[in-house]
Amino acid sequence: MMTKSELVEKIMETNGFLNRKESELVINIIFDSMAKALMEGDKVEIRGFGSFTVRERDSREARNPKNGDVVRIPAKRTPFFKTGKELRERVNAL
Amino acid sequence: MTKADIVEKIYEKVGFSKKESAELVELVFDIMKDTLESSDKIKIAGFGNFVVKAKADRRGRNPQTGEEITISARRILTFKPSQVLKASINK
Repeated sequence: MMTKSELVEKIMETNGFLNRKESELVINIIFDSMAKALMEGDKVEIRGFGSFTVRERDSREARNPKNGDVVRIPAKRTPFFKTGKELRERVNAL
Repeated sequence: MTKADIVEKIYEKVGFSKKESAELVELVFDIMKDTLESSDKIKIAGFGNFVVKAKADRRGRNPQTGEEITISARRILTFKPSQVLKASINK
């Protein structure tokens, strides 16, 4: 498992010129800008890695599992990731 | 949005050259790919988790011919968006 701070660390070590603050800033800009694009309804396409899109979910009826009440779940937008070809093949390679 | 747009943002905000910014963006995604090949998970707080899942063999059907086939066991990558990302997309 790798966390964001471990990714920051790894980038710093591999690049060799960045300090921690700069590495952190770069990582934050990458994920913040992707999140912002999705908030605006844009598609994010990272060749070799994958693409992020926003999918619309219709409102639906569901039940509260505790008391069985029918509740209406409103329509919502949800992020969706499709793995790119290269990464899909690499993840599955044994 | 593509990698080029992210490079532009780093160039503007951090002040690295375009070449350096491009190399850094490339490095980040390369390291994430290497990691997912050998590990099972990357957690990016505030964005989401990339999780590798093992899928067992299963029976499937060729939708064109109706022929039954076995879909072999494989490892697939899934993305679980964080609550923060989900909430901000619905604002």
